[in-house]
Amino acid sequence: MTFSAPILNYTLLSPILILLGGALIGVLVEAFVSKALRPITQLSITVGTLVLSLAQVWRIRHEGSTTAAMGSVVIDGPGILLQASILIIAIISVFLIADTDHFTALAASLPGSDEERHAVQTGNQVTEVYPLTLFAISGMMLFPISSDLITLFVALEMLSLPLYLMAGLSRRRRLASQEAALKYFLLGAFSSAFFLFGMAYLYGFSGSVTFAGIRESIVGGSGNDVLLLIGMAFVSIGLLFKVGAVPFHAWSPDVYQGAPTPVTGFMAAATKVAAFGAMLRIYYTVFANAQWSWTPLLSAVAIITMLFGSLVAIAQRDVKRMLAYSSIAHAGFLLAGVIALNKAGLDASIFYLFAYGIATVGAFAIVTLVRDSGGEVTDLNRWKGLGKRSPWVAAAFAVFLLAFAGIPLTSGFIGKFSIFSAAYESGAKGVVIAGVLSSAIAAFFYIRVIVLMFFTDPIQDGTSVEIPSILTRSAIIFSIVVTIALGVYPAPLLNVITNLATFIR
Amino acid sequence: MIWLTFLMLLPIIGTAVIVALPKANETLAKQVALATTLIVMVSTIAMAVSFQRDNVELQFVEKYAWIPSFGINFALGIDGLALVLILMSTILAPVVVLAGWNEAHGGRWSVKTFYILILVLETMIIGVFAATDVFLFYVIFEAMLIPVYFLIGGYGTGNRSAAAVKFLIYSLFGGLLMLASIIALYVMSGTQGGHTFDLATLSHLQMSRMTQNLLFLGFFIAFAIKAPLWPLHTWLPDAAESATPGTSVLLLGVLDKVGTFGMIRYCLTLFPDASKTFTPMILVLAVISIVYGAILAIGQRDLKRLIAFTSISHFGFITMGIFAMTSQGHSGATLYMFNHGFSTAALFLVGGWMISRRGSSTIADFGGLQRVTPVMAWMFFLAGMSSLALPGLSSFVSEFLVLVGTFTRYPVHAIIATFGIVLAALYILIPVQKALHGPTTPGNENLSDLNLREKIAIAPVIAIILVLGFYPAPLLKVINPAATHVIAHMGFSDPVPTSGSK
Repeated sequence: MTFSAPILNYTLLSPILILLGGALIGVLVEAFVSKALRPITQLSITVGTLVLSLAQVWRIRHEGSTTAAMGSVVIDGPGILLQASILIIAIISVFLIADTDHFTALAASLPGSDEERHAVQTGNQVTEVYPLTLFAISGMMLFPISSDLITLFVALEMLSLPLYLMAGLSRRRRLASQEAALKYFLLGAFSSAFFLFGMAYLYGFSGSVTFAGIRESIVGGSGNDVLLLIGMAFVSIGLLFKVGAVPFHAWSPDVYQGAPTPVTGFMAAATKVAAFGAMLRIYYTVFANAQWSWTPLLSAVAIITMLFGSLVAIAQRDVKRMLAYSSIAHAGFLLAGVIALNKAGLDASIFYLFAYGIATVGAFAIVTLVRDSGGEVTDLNRWKGLGKRSPWVAAAFAVFLLAFAGIPLTSGFIGKFSIFSAAYESGAKGVVIAGVLSSAIAAFFYIRVIVLMFFTDPIQDGTSVEIPSILTRSAIIFSIVVTIALGVYPAPLLNVITNLATFIR
Repeated sequence: MIWLTFLMLLPIIGTAVIVALPKANETLAKQVALATTLIVMVSTIAMAVSFQRDNVELQFVEKYAWIPSFGINFALGIDGLALVLILMSTILAPVVVLAGWNEAHGGRWSVKTFYILILVLETMIIGVFAATDVFLFYVIFEAMLIPVYFLIGGYGTGNRSAAAVKFLIYSLFGGLLMLASIIALYVMSGTQGGHTFDLATLSHLQMSRMTQNLLFLGFFIAFAIKAPLWPLHTWLPDAAESATPGTSVLLLGVLDKVGTFGMIRYCLTLFPDASKTFTPMILVLAVISIVYGAILAIGQRDLKRLIAFTSISHFGFITMGIFAMTSQGHSGATLYMFNHGFSTAALFLVGGWMISRRGSSTIADFGGLQRVTPVMAWMFFLAGMSSLALPGLSSFVSEFLVLVGTFTRYPVHAIIATFGIVLAALYILIPVQKALHGPTTPGNENLSDLNLREKIAIAPVIAIILVLGFYPAPLLKVINPAATHVIAHMGFSDPVPTSGSK
């Protein structure tokens, strides 16, 4: 038996390899660097790794290859753009994660135990969160460029497992945080099982786990259609779970609320980019020829997701839960881009993902700032009069909310417009009308928060706005600048996307 | 010369100057705002002088690529209609700033912020009338809501935040319907010669009857909320009651015109067939607005709400003139938009001074002002007369043209609408009698009359009302070619009047 060594194109894979290298160094740092030096060392390694990886992504942006890893991944424009988006979002998220006040002193200790108290007193910090973040990011980077089901599944687990852990690291309300982590893990495992099950059916249908092989079988029309339909359905369930689409959304409000806010922001933004990236690739390249089988169902999911997210968000009294439902609604809008199944839809989805991701991290960064003596204040009633106390922070949050609502001159509007017009172009008029309607509903609760902040008088209950650290501040400023710049003059980014975003099969 | 961009830039420069000013110096911020709006006004008049009246094509055309991937341009250009409305807005802006010199003091935020919002709004107002790219129009149409929202919610009185939210939700809802229509237009343009938002190109799109009707409704509902037409008007009285007088002038006098302007510029131009289909229904709504607004105005106890309901009645006239589809009706409607801006401004500003002096906006609290504050009382009287379209004042000409233009094609509507004029006499004369005449109500004895600043502010408004009442020709010469052009584009010709002997 001969064994041939795999041929890998290290240049094209380097963005992911750099991240994995950085993560491993991070693990070693945990072992060998003194406690006092760890936070700063970890932070610099993480940011350095991300920047290096981003530079590498930019360097290979015009490359295209299906053979970079023996056909397991495909390097093409959409993949590069999504990877770059994930990295940029990750960098500003790490700026937020660097604020250790959000993380438990010792994750392994029981909440309220002596052990925990001791850890707090000695100033212990969970710097493990940095390598975990890097591992998650490398999974996210791999997810949208995978071109066979096995790699896709590995990437899915790679991005999920660290996130399950990170969700449980909150410093305050630790039980809620651990419950969130457990919930996320259990439901996540469940959806992974669905995904795996679907993979098996697709293999049964086509005799292949590669995207190219499955596509050929679909185009050829030779296989058993029942297997294909079941396979597509189960794989879709796994993906829809990750993006938080109704009816697979149940985890997201609890996890958003329970997880440490910087992690929530990172998870909400970056996971969405990665999962939608993978979804776009699968639907656009593999399932495209079977579109009559899945478009009606996915349209229904999109419509329900938009309406449900917008409607339920109205009833929320907690800012993190409200943002969770808002993110569900946005998942619905993004599904419109998947359904569009045309070049405009792909461009629009990539633009939307980037714009939404940046605004989301920015919004959660603001949430981290509003605190009282017991930690963050997420009860919306206590956000009353924020505009009076700290006009700039409130104004920044208002900008993000307006972007979520899709008001012109913010990135959200351009994203919404481009994604709806792409969907309309492909004939999905019902989705567009539902989208416009739920935008109107959604505008209501975004505006309510603005009213709360600016038009009501503050109540005196010790809620205050933390002076942001330089890192948090720069994350917020960056997000604001991007959100407004992409709303006022999106042409440069749109041009880059239009030129690069073409799937290689 | 790139007039329009220049006009849009001026207020932005003013904004930048105000931002740079020290926070403590409020007077300086006001002076900068006044100077900026005056410069804009003078520049607009200078532009208007070089406008070619007989040329029905768009003038001062500018076009820059904005978002090429979607075929979106930053494209500006004006015809007679847009010119008249820009002229009205830029004349009203300095009046509002001067008249409401102390308006910003009761606000939640600083005086500086107030004037920043006003100036940003002025830029957007010029842009919204000058845009010839549908996407650009929509962006400004929606973005305009934000400064107005903060002006009402931040500087108004009473239940200001609720009024601001109601205004915003109504407008956003309409705007999103319009967005759906715009997306459909964009997609259709892609199949008929390439994606574009150019208004002229889009007006030649081929579309099925059903599509045209639906898209028309998307636009029309948005404009009918803005204008406001019965039954979509309910946000207006609340907003007008809560906003400061100056904001109300901008809201009712200028921003609501975007609705009627949009009906002409977008509904009629883009969907001529659908416009004809819906004309009967819209005319009925317009007539209902005229009568309903007038009757409710009679019943109001609050001065600001009263003015708001008179406006609903007036917007009914404007809408009727637009959809009568005659050139007189159109000219009348356009002139009406201009005149309504000034008569409403006069009512709101003088009414605002009365209210701030008395500390109450209930009409019954006034009384005998004629003796105590003669100048203020006369100004209010004149403004009221202009509002009820007394012959010799500017509104008479436009109301008459609208009625004549409507009568030639829809006599029944015109006759019912004429009752609106009778009701107008009631809704103006009753408050005039209560507030100005009769014995002086206790508490009013020591009210002060208009000061020099207020006299200077109101003088140009009254002057325009008087001069255009006697000699509307200069404006009509600008308006008529544009009106005839739209009617011709719609495929209508004016009905020939039948002689009385028949």
